[in-house]
Amino acid sequence: MKNIDSFTHVRGESLFVDDLICRQDALIGLCFDSPKAHGKIISVDYTKAEALEGVERIFTYKDVLGENQIGGIIPDEPLWAENEVHFWGQPIAFIVAKTDAIAKKARALITIEIEELPIITTAKEAKEKGSFINAPRSFNLGETATAFANCDFVFEGETFSNGQEHLYLETQGCYVVPQENGSIKITSSTQGPTQVQKIAARVLGISMHKIEVDVIRLGGGFGGKEDQATPWAVMAAVAVQHLNKPVKYMLNRHDDMRMTGKRHPYASSFKIGLTKDLKIKAFEAEFLQNSGAAADLSPAIAERTLFHATNSYFIPNVKTTVYSCKTNLPPNTAFRGFGGPQGMFVIESAIAKAADALAIDKSKIQEANLLEENNEFSYGQIAKEVQAKKTWFSAKEKFELEKLQKEVKVFNKENQVYKKGISLMPIAFGISFTNTSMNHARALIHIYQDGSVGVSTGAVEMGQSVNTKMLQVAQDILGISANKLKIETTNTTRVANTSPSAASSTADLNGKAVEMACNSLIKRLTKVAAKMLLSSEEKIHFKKDFIFVEREKSELTWNALIAQAMLERVSLSENAHYATPIINFDKTKEKGHPFAYHVYGTAITTVTVDCIRGIYEIENVKIVHDFGKSMNIGIDTGQVEGALVQGIGWMTMEEISYSEEGKLLSNSLSTYKIPDIFSSPKTIETIPLETDGNEMAIRKSKAVGEPPLMYGIGVYFAIQQAVKEFNPNYKIKFHAPFTPEKVVMGLYEK
Amino acid sequence: MIQFILNSKIIKTDENSGITLSDFIREHQHLKGTKIGCREGDCGACTVLIGTLNNGTVSYQNITSCISPLGNANGKHVVTVEGINLPKKLNTVQEAMATNFATQCGFCTPGFVVSMTGFALDNTKILNSCNDAISGNICRCTGYKSIEKAGFEIEEKLKTQDKNHQIEWLIKEGFIPDYFETIPDKLKGLIIEKLNSDGQIVANGTDLYVRNAAKLSEEKVHLIANDTSLKGIYLKNNVFTIGANTTVTELLENEDFRNNITGLKSFLKIISSEPIRNMGTLGGNFVNASPIGDMSIFFLALNATLLIQHKNGKERSIPFQEFHKDYKKYDLQKDEILKSISFSKLKNNSFFNFEKVSKRTHLDIASVNTAFSISVKENLISAVHFSIGGVAAIPKYVHKTAAFLIGKTINSETILQAEEILQSEISPISDVRGTATYKRMLAKQLFFAHFITLFPNQVALKKLIH
Repeated sequence: MKNIDSFTHVRGESLFVDDLICRQDALIGLCFDSPKAHGKIISVDYTKAEALEGVERIFTYKDVLGENQIGGIIPDEPLWAENEVHFWGQPIAFIVAKTDAIAKKARALITIEIEELPIITTAKEAKEKGSFINAPRSFNLGETATAFANCDFVFEGETFSNGQEHLYLETQGCYVVPQENGSIKITSSTQGPTQVQKIAARVLGISMHKIEVDVIRLGGGFGGKEDQATPWAVMAAVAVQHLNKPVKYMLNRHDDMRMTGKRHPYASSFKIGLTKDLKIKAFEAEFLQNSGAAADLSPAIAERTLFHATNSYFIPNVKTTVYSCKTNLPPNTAFRGFGGPQGMFVIESAIAKAADALAIDKSKIQEANLLEENNEFSYGQIAKEVQAKKTWFSAKEKFELEKLQKEVKVFNKENQVYKKGISLMPIAFGISFTNTSMNHARALIHIYQDGSVGVSTGAVEMGQSVNTKMLQVAQDILGISANKLKIETTNTTRVANTSPSAASSTADLNGKAVEMACNSLIKRLTKVAAKMLLSSEEKIHFKKDFIFVEREKSELTWNALIAQAMLERVSLSENAHYATPIINFDKTKEKGHPFAYHVYGTAITTVTVDCIRGIYEIENVKIVHDFGKSMNIGIDTGQVEGALVQGIGWMTMEEISYSEEGKLLSNSLSTYKIPDIFSSPKTIETIPLETDGNEMAIRKSKAVGEPPLMYGIGVYFAIQQAVKEFNPNYKIKFHAPFTPEKVVMGLYEK
Repeated sequence: MIQFILNSKIIKTDENSGITLSDFIREHQHLKGTKIGCREGDCGACTVLIGTLNNGTVSYQNITSCISPLGNANGKHVVTVEGINLPKKLNTVQEAMATNFATQCGFCTPGFVVSMTGFALDNTKILNSCNDAISGNICRCTGYKSIEKAGFEIEEKLKTQDKNHQIEWLIKEGFIPDYFETIPDKLKGLIIEKLNSDGQIVANGTDLYVRNAAKLSEEKVHLIANDTSLKGIYLKNNVFTIGANTTVTELLENEDFRNNITGLKSFLKIISSEPIRNMGTLGGNFVNASPIGDMSIFFLALNATLLIQHKNGKERSIPFQEFHKDYKKYDLQKDEILKSISFSKLKNNSFFNFEKVSKRTHLDIASVNTAFSISVKENLISAVHFSIGGVAAIPKYVHKTAAFLIGKTINSETILQAEEILQSEISPISDVRGTATYKRMLAKQLFFAHFITLFPNQVALKKLIH
């Protein structure tokens, strides 16, 4: 089935927040933010701005009737700065004016005096100065100290991976409209409608039931709209609370890039120990996460780094520690992979370092240490239904790795100016929110008396086609055609207390709830149908808009059945609640079974480096991926390709840079580059692993949003190999992204 | 009054001609299919087609409406995604996008669909692929492969195109709605008024609107993009004269120019993107005066001459290498305008090469760019013009290096000696495009690249590195 939104998408008829036609009295909001990275606010002069014709009012923390606090995990972030600013771009005030142009002029008229304080921009410096968000976390397995002593080879090294701007094509935004009796309706481009509702209620000092949050769809999220869609909606809501008029706020690109957090940069160090047979016996890593100026989701992201610190390898002795370092950057936040990619980059670097020192191919070490059934992860979960080796060997065989490697060798021998590199990248990614209490979802289904059906869930559609999957689940169970089904907007009044659409789990959690609701409806309708068809209930089936008795299609249509059920006063609505079973995690011991299951896969990447210019092209990425039993291979392949290219962007060209003063320099699309069509690999081949799928996944179709992003890490090591091929003196480094600058410097390093 | 056709509807508006076309489309006409992603022409979400009447037929190009002044639509046909929708069914491009899963979040999608429809409507197709047509469209969801597949399907379909009855064929094959047939007559029927000629001079806005759209939206602008006296590419007595208003695409489409500059297609392909090449003018690039302006670097190495015209009609010409004086400072007085640039046609013994390295190879601003023309007589270098960008306050013409090369034979020793001189002539600084060390390194590498590319039998990389 095609993406159910594709018809309106390609016609430009799909609605995003900015496309809503506003009420005639609607006003426009604009944030005034800090022009310094750290300091005491001495004074702010709004008088000229307020006097400007068309400016309705300027809001600050003084206008907050509830709590001026938006922190999710830790309450450490004000909506608007009060006496101090902690990052360049921190919101200080909110201008509400008749037009966007007036608001911008007003913003330019605000003057601010800040007494500057020393700033920290790197995680290393933060650690030296003891500046942390919270206490460090450690996952331990076995005993590394003794294990290292028994190793034949021990290598140490350092790595750095830079941040990444989400660059959702649709910037952050909201449209907030006053309702009766102090209630407020927020249409937001958020992955977490409940989060917006909860924080808005807190800041406005009103109950959650007075705030309705509606999400039509997002023009991309990637984690950037999980927690960080909230402040803009809440600012507009505060203004609406005071003005009783609608307020719309769409961030322009520069403001969005300057004020919002990104993927966390990590500075890490590792120590890896191997025996002669290339078995990794011990691994230690220290991760310094650059969290930015407030907690945001950093502690949870740090935790996931530890969960994925050994990627898809079994290492019996592990000691990993992560520090969430507080700096004066915008609070960094969720980004597809959620700390996992940063963790995996370190173990892959450690393996590369060992392979380089031992002068063997990196894949030999990778292959010798792949996870097997019943291996224990450092956090205590026992690996089950492991597909690490299966995807690895199936990739090697299906894509004829040896032939590919030989071709690369021959090419490199014959060419002086161009060099190729090839790498393998296995992945194992845990599926579930690692915070166990978030793993639940609800669905509300109405069958209308004409037989049409409306499905509401907590899932937010942001391009991952979760709505298509929800429709497929409902269609499958109800046995009706797609045109009878409508997936409703995500709305907190229909489905409450939702977890954000994140952690790759949205389809699993919400899909299971849809499945449950549909099954309950079918159960009730079966009774009605059995009576009408004078059959026993076990024989009744729902297929193709008809009721079947065993395999026989009856005369009874779905519509006729629904009409009868209505007459018999049978409830045609159902609400279901799903909570993932089994999973648990004990933070005091750092052990448990946090994941419903893991997703596995292996990618083979070939790149060509132009050794005169230091630029490169990605020839091909060949993947065997564990989809389980994909319920929509077209959509799932799209997720693999999209995630891969995002991962490639992170590893190659996407370079966030801040000035020494903490000002974002890569602040526009002309200075921050994400992959375009020509930087995508020339070919991407994705072969689904043959497997029975996993019961914990919706319709046995495994989660697919995040895992494939980490295939992109393979590109780093393929480029590295090509550089080394040209320049044997090159000392391998682990400093992503591998920009053309670093390539050329590596090619000509003495 | 500005008059144009927006999709099938004739628009007559007294709006300020400096407001952006995208604002007019979205806010005034409530056509919300055109999306705003960056307001810099760098993402393509706002792509529209602009059709110009030429000898009775309309030729269409894709442009980014977020940095295009409304007044430039005067007398044209503007097509948004709504304007290519068929009633109740998908058009051919849309169908290919939908069936190939080439749309995920849907925000960039209308821009892609418009660019691809522009590809179908473009009857020159100098850069042949659908990928080139969408080179200015950024997608953050798909990884592009599915979009590329949709593009291949379109390319295949277009191979059977009846080029003599292009519009009829496209209508019949479901690419575009049938009102397109009526557009030429409708355009002919418009009686176009001359717009304001005071205020900031703006050609197609690809630079000014990135920096100043808000200001230009409210002020008077003097739009010159449609001024034909500043357009055209002429080859006379072996001298090319090119109007300052000529766009990069027009350079590419000119057969004489293309024949004279071997490799032109591949050079221009890494200069911005198709919609920006459709808009960006030579004059605009010269007065933008960026030290890494691609067209400045390009024409410096052609040893070009600039013709400057005063409002009073007086003209003066200067060597292009003397035009840029210091960072963003250049030799253009008040009331003067760039009229044209000219250069002597490259002879058979002359070779030209353009190199550019940026963080992203396409649709990016250079870290370092450089152009090089060299003439060889009896195995000796008889003339060299060499420019390099990103290594000084201005697009740099490197005199000493060029002078050194004259009279030498082409070999590794000569090149290595010249490279040392080159390093003494440049003074790069560190910025988001790279560190100073990197830019020096690139200057060296790209200097080598000129020789390796132009004289592969005489110069080898191995011999240039130690």
